[in-house]
Amino acid sequence: MSRVILSALLSHWRRNPLQLITLLAGLALATALWSGVQAINAEARASYDAAAATLGDGQYAQITAREGGAIPQATYIALRRAGWAVSPVIEGRIDGVRLVGLEPLTAPGGLGPVRAGGEADLGAFLSGTGQIFARDNTLARLPDLEAEPVTAPDVAPNTALTDIGVAQRLLERPGQIDRLIVLPEQPLIQPPLEQAAPDLISSAPQEGGDVARLTDSFHLNLTAFGLLSFAVGLFIVQGAIGLAFEQRRPMVRTLRALGVSLRRLILIMALELALLALLASGIGVALGYLIAAALLPDVAATLRGLYGADVAGQLSLRPIWWLSGLGIALGGTALAASGALWSLARMPLLSGAQPRALMMARSGTGQALIAASLLLLFGALALWGEGLLAGFAMLGALLIGGALALPPLLGLVLKWAEGPARSATAEWFWADTRQQVPGLSLALMALLLAMAANVGVSTMVSSFRLTFTGFLDQRLASELYVRAEDAAQAEVVRDVAREHADALLPLLSTERQVAGLPAEIYGARDHATYRDNWQFLYAVPDPWELLARGEGVLINEQMFRRAGLELGEEVSIASGTRLPVLGIYGDYGNPIGQVIVTEPLFRDLYPEVTALRFGLRSDSGQVPALRQALENTGIPQAAITDQVALKRMSLAVFERTFTVTTALNVLTLAVAGFAILMSLLTLAAMRLPQLAPVWALGLTRRSLARLDLLRTVVLAALTAALALPLGLALAWALLAVVNVEAFGWRLPMYLFPLDYLRLTGLALLAAALAASWPAWRLSRTPPAQLLGVFRNER
Amino acid sequence: MLLHLDQVTKSYPGTGAPVLREISLDLDAGDMLALTGESGSGKSTLLHLIGGLDTADSGRVCVDGTDLTPLDDAGRAGLRRGTVGVIFQQFNLIPSLSVAGNIAFQARLTGRHDPARDTELATHLGLQEQLHKYPEHLSGGQQQRVAIARTLAAGPKLVLADEPTGNLDEASSDAVMSLLQDLVEETGAGLILVTHSERLAARLPRRLHLRAGQLT
Repeated sequence: MSRVILSALLSHWRRNPLQLITLLAGLALATALWSGVQAINAEARASYDAAAATLGDGQYAQITAREGGAIPQATYIALRRAGWAVSPVIEGRIDGVRLVGLEPLTAPGGLGPVRAGGEADLGAFLSGTGQIFARDNTLARLPDLEAEPVTAPDVAPNTALTDIGVAQRLLERPGQIDRLIVLPEQPLIQPPLEQAAPDLISSAPQEGGDVARLTDSFHLNLTAFGLLSFAVGLFIVQGAIGLAFEQRRPMVRTLRALGVSLRRLILIMALELALLALLASGIGVALGYLIAAALLPDVAATLRGLYGADVAGQLSLRPIWWLSGLGIALGGTALAASGALWSLARMPLLSGAQPRALMMARSGTGQALIAASLLLLFGALALWGEGLLAGFAMLGALLIGGALALPPLLGLVLKWAEGPARSATAEWFWADTRQQVPGLSLALMALLLAMAANVGVSTMVSSFRLTFTGFLDQRLASELYVRAEDAAQAEVVRDVAREHADALLPLLSTERQVAGLPAEIYGARDHATYRDNWQFLYAVPDPWELLARGEGVLINEQMFRRAGLELGEEVSIASGTRLPVLGIYGDYGNPIGQVIVTEPLFRDLYPEVTALRFGLRSDSGQVPALRQALENTGIPQAAITDQVALKRMSLAVFERTFTVTTALNVLTLAVAGFAILMSLLTLAAMRLPQLAPVWALGLTRRSLARLDLLRTVVLAALTAALALPLGLALAWALLAVVNVEAFGWRLPMYLFPLDYLRLTGLALLAAALAASWPAWRLSRTPPAQLLGVFRNER
Repeated sequence: MLLHLDQVTKSYPGTGAPVLREISLDLDAGDMLALTGESGSGKSTLLHLIGGLDTADSGRVCVDGTDLTPLDDAGRAGLRRGTVGVIFQQFNLIPSLSVAGNIAFQARLTGRHDPARDTELATHLGLQEQLHKYPEHLSGGQQQRVAIARTLAAGPKLVLADEPTGNLDEASSDAVMSLLQDLVEETGAGLILVTHSERLAARLPRRLHLRAGQLT
């Protein structure tokens, strides 16, 4: 019996293929955007896990040079002799590939090539020219390195492993070590590190890799975008299901009258939807794979540029996101259908079964009340909410409240527009447009959300870019940056600077606890470079003068917010040294707090720290000569960074980020355009009884079609007008609330009117395109079909 | 006894007096009864109670020996599926199924589908040319004939017809009624016909009139 009922229910879709396509396409597109984003996230996380597994990132305690820079091989040997079970690591980049040198005999079990190669031949690894383990695509990017390449798919992406001796040779850093991995098993008796190697410092293992923690926010934003896109798609699904259920009310009554129990009917309808959801999600996940594969190279470049995280540029098929795609499609369908199923379950058997106009099914007043409540909740959370969760709840309340407010607001605006209309046609146009709002409301809400997401996300990203560009100009004022390997080389840099540069700015830093938080303390030289370029968020008068006199400190925004410090409030930076806060500066992208003191004070407080990094000021025309002079002293090219190149690279990273957000924006807008098209097509048949009398009264089919096209564009324009403030509110919430809660710093918000104008144009074009086919069909409607309306009425 | 109604009362909230008051009625297999009455006299309500589409406030409704009073939704659905066939004024065809699909539908639900019987009924009702068409392409008379075929193809013991010709002109009405009578007679089922039309009521051997919720 169930099969007979299911077949009757399915016959509705056979007779209404457009509705079926709308449902399947809506769900497939929604799933595609969601699972595409999930695929990117899953691939990135797998890359971090691979890095943790092959390199021990975050798993083991590490020992590094107290002053930064390399650890001499002799220090390592001395430490081993003192009984410390440690393993050396050196890292560098060759043609963008991260080359890691390990010592396989001392490395912790499971790390490095022993694991990566599976059955690695240690003899070959250690002897002769050595071996390099990496993925195929990574090996292909490496130049000819006089070492045998070995394919190892388990090695982290964009990473090559080799013996430490081979790495030192290839990186031209003989006898140097970057860090020491502390093995978990240590002898019971060993001298403390401060005694065995006073120049070294140990750091505890961290839960989860550094990279994974740093990139969490990036992935959170991507997930939020994916969810928003999914929500846009879900509007289409809800529209299609709602319409189909409304149209099937007579069928449901007939089935029940013929002896089908309500429970069985609901169960079979749920099963029918589940089958359709499975079909659509299969298509959606496949589409999502294509989207992810297209976007992953840009995402990988962004992650590498922003966080130094190596992520595979190619996608692997991972069961977790297949399942996630299927799961969310089923869940989304259940959510979208729950209202319709609930309404059917409560429908009395003997009630009028004729399909009610979809619009009548929803209480306009109730919807307006819910919208107002949600927008009030948004306001309350904006004023008094605290924490990231409250931030996201605020975003949810804003977007859902804004979407629900759209139909009542459109109704009001259209009623107002109807007033001044003089001609009969204009009067009918506005009245009819108002009548169409409920039927199109889901599609218009989808358009509203898509546009608001576009405005919000692009405002956020563009503000970030603008701020970051200014920030780079402020922070990267020196023409060249040089990193010395040791104190002797630092002296060489000073000598070169005296002869060839206008000024030398040592970059002194150390990590300490300040106000109970981990922080970097910097010693800044009193120089015009800082005075001229740095801008403060808040500052006392003459902060640089006071700083130069050692009468205060500057702190970054992260320290200001996390420690709850105020201007003028004293902060302890060393035992017995408390100084007032003179200024607070923006420090975008830095995860931890920062304190700046004047150079003499820094040297007094931390005499053990010597400067190994320097900024060199020079006339821009003299930069090549300065660089050449530095290289002539034997400082490797990789240790010298050109400010122009650094800025170019940073901005290039942003361009890649833009590619990803633009692609997601365009896709979301396309989904909304599709929603409008499908709504118009499905409503087209229901429109005939409304249009036939007007046609009979003398309006041509072509005029009716033109007015229908205009109606859609007007509705899209009104939606765009509401989407702009909603998008700006979204951007404000992201920048001023979520960003502050998530990262500890607040981005200034800039407005980009031209971008919004372009977006509005795009949305109107999408709406016009979506409406043009239904309008064309209307203009070609045979008169007999229009006359049929009057026949049916009889 | 195919149908036994004992002191059945039904009222609707907010309507004041009961729609049906202590109605008692018996019907044997093969009996044909016409039920007439003014609009609002409770004819359709009585038919809905017999068909298990609605429940009585008090009294008993027994169809083919089954008391409907204690039955839940599923139980009453089972009765409608297997024992009773209802023909509605509005035809209530499934718009997405073809004529052939509609005729076979209830029989398939009951598991008593016989394609040969479908063909026979379609021929008898003059629908053989329409089998692949959809309801929207049929005239009102044709649609009602499909509804009759659907009911009879399932082989019910009791046929309930609620104004089956209410939407048809006189000629079509007479033709449909003749076919219905012939076919019910042929199957030996009981028939209760609810109608406004004195002319149609006069065609059946037994006739009852409902007035102010009571049978006269």
